[in-house]
Amino acid sequence: MAHTLSVTVENKPGVLTRVATLFRRRGYNIESLAVGATEDPSISRMTIVVEGDDQIIEQVTKQLYKLVDVIKIVDVTDERAVERELVLIKVKADANVRADIIQIVDIFRVRIVDIGRNSLIIEATGDSGKIDAIEDSLRPFGIIELVRTGKVAMVRGGAK
Amino acid sequence: MKLRGAEILLQCLQREGVDTVFGYPGGAMLPIYDALYSSDIRHILARHEQGAAHAADAYARVTGKVGVCLATSGPGATNLVTGIATAYMDSIPMVCLTGQVGTALIGRDAFQEADITGITLPITKHNYLVENTEDLEQVIREAFYIARTNRPGPVVVDLPKDIMERVIDWEPQDQEVNIRGYRVMKGFNSGQVIAAVELIRKAERPIIYAGGGVISSNASEQLRQLAEEQKIPVTTTLMGMGCFPSAHYLSLGMLGMHGTRYANYAIGESDLLIAVGVRFDDRVTGKIDTFAPHAKVIHIDIDAAEIGKNVAVDIPIVGDVQSVLQAINSRLQPVDEKERQEWQGMIDRWKDEYPLRYGSSPEGRIMPQHIVEKISELTQGEAIITTEVGQHQMWAAQYYRFKHPRSFITSGGLGTMGFGFPAAIGAKVARPDLPVIDIAGDGSIQMNIQELGTAVQYKLPVIICIFNNQFLGMVRQWQSLFYEGRYSHTDISLQPDFVKVAEAYGAVGIRVKDMNEVDDALRQALQVTDRPVVIDFWVDREANVYPMVPPGGSLNNMLGGDY
Repeated sequence: MAHTLSVTVENKPGVLTRVATLFRRRGYNIESLAVGATEDPSISRMTIVVEGDDQIIEQVTKQLYKLVDVIKIVDVTDERAVERELVLIKVKADANVRADIIQIVDIFRVRIVDIGRNSLIIEATGDSGKIDAIEDSLRPFGIIELVRTGKVAMVRGGAK
Repeated sequence: MKLRGAEILLQCLQREGVDTVFGYPGGAMLPIYDALYSSDIRHILARHEQGAAHAADAYARVTGKVGVCLATSGPGATNLVTGIATAYMDSIPMVCLTGQVGTALIGRDAFQEADITGITLPITKHNYLVENTEDLEQVIREAFYIARTNRPGPVVVDLPKDIMERVIDWEPQDQEVNIRGYRVMKGFNSGQVIAAVELIRKAERPIIYAGGGVISSNASEQLRQLAEEQKIPVTTTLMGMGCFPSAHYLSLGMLGMHGTRYANYAIGESDLLIAVGVRFDDRVTGKIDTFAPHAKVIHIDIDAAEIGKNVAVDIPIVGDVQSVLQAINSRLQPVDEKERQEWQGMIDRWKDEYPLRYGSSPEGRIMPQHIVEKISELTQGEAIITTEVGQHQMWAAQYYRFKHPRSFITSGGLGTMGFGFPAAIGAKVARPDLPVIDIAGDGSIQMNIQELGTAVQYKLPVIICIFNNQFLGMVRQWQSLFYEGRYSHTDISLQPDFVKVAEAYGAVGIRVKDMNEVDDALRQALQVTDRPVVIDFWVDREANVYPMVPPGGSLNNMLGGDY
């Protein structure tokens, strides 16, 4: 099962390499990884989605904690958390199908952000399930290019 | 005080208690070596950076302090890599200071530039590239702190040349180390200790499986107390040799692939395995599913990531081995003499029936095991034994009667050939009062034989016992057992005259071909006080290390027939 780990790390050069090297070295598989700044400029947050059973996730967590630059790890998989991912999809869209695509865009309440002669770029935000559904709906039209940010997550309520 | 970076560095080292370093200079290290010229720190010049790394590693293993080695940028730093990985696998505290090209040149493929922090990422506990002279003190403090606390390990500090040259106004701050992502493990879960104590009380056939963690946490006393008061036999890993006296009636010697039959049989029959400072390495457990099949497992280790890594554990206790053992001991009453007699009887019968033994040489050459027995007899367990890696290493572990922790210095995890001789140098520098003997093979010794220059220069009377079978013996043994005797590239009978090599360096060289001369040669070597001695023992060419659990096999299924 995929677990989502929210990992706070020192905002220093090389920290991403340390984390990535650890995953490669121990043979853990990263499904997605998103890194960015936090409210504290000295700290970055990594949201790592990793596939594995409880025993593997426990090992991943313990090994991550051994990295000096890793400050805190929260497994948000079973937490009440807001999870979001952003995707940009460039889809084939000649005049015949444009209306159909726009209808899909409306249903999912996502946005068209660029129009080419024979293509559209669609921007969508949501949890991974929604992103997958949009991708599936647009695939029959022909996806030219697709880029996903990877998941970011935040626990609901006052807790940090 | 106006000081150069290099001078600040050396002062910081001294404030960490460093009085001896091992190294090799080079272009990027010039500022540091210039500062060393007028410093009180003793510098031992190796002949290869790998030698410096192993010497610093052994210095740490023998003293319990942090070992320090120095190398220049690029090839100097990459030559340390094997030494760093060796220390990492065996959890040895070490700080490696590497020169680096000036900050303006980093990333431009400058002469002798190597990304050593990148290269050593997976084989260091942590590493640093110092980017400001102002950061030096803090980095050095953190480096030593990280190297020696919790589960120890090597830390690399990469020092660009301009950072070392720059003069700044500096006074020592002596600030407490405070790293938010790194907390020193204090205490342990006492509920788990109580649960462990309960299991120990109830156990009928308990066994202690002790490793390097007992030595690094200086817990031999506590271990011995637990064993003696509770009448629990003790088997140790290769890394744990010396943490419990070999001659003790409760000692089972080493377990695992080349362990004693009685240790491995005891593991198989035990109902409680008390694993102390160990990591359930494959060389120890053999086939993991059949390891200690009837035993509940208590696992004590400072590193939480070791718990449950290889085997499922009933009672995990994360904490310093010494304090945990202390807590366990304080909650237990010494058991009665009669307690666990049946278990001890079973073990004694195995010991009688399956002692370590070896035959005689069909070629009439010296049996290698005999040499280890002689060394053991002559030094009475009061020497420091270092080894290279291979058959001789296993014979040393099997036949030397250890008395003290920190007296067996061997590359356990990484299995580094060429480790033993430079390690002997580091050990002798640390403990000039003790005899230091490198038990070596003719293959391994040739990997760092250049360190004879170091040992002669510093008048270090280390003794190198080459078990010369003109084979890469351990690989040959496997070829003989598992590859139909096809000795692919393991015959190294073309070799130098080791006596002449020794003499060419200014060391003493002795050749021994006759079993009856072993004793005399060793006695003679032990008398030498001002230079290294190389003894070239011509041993039986095809002696095998037995008993042996075939790779991936179960511990109770050992090869070796009579042995």
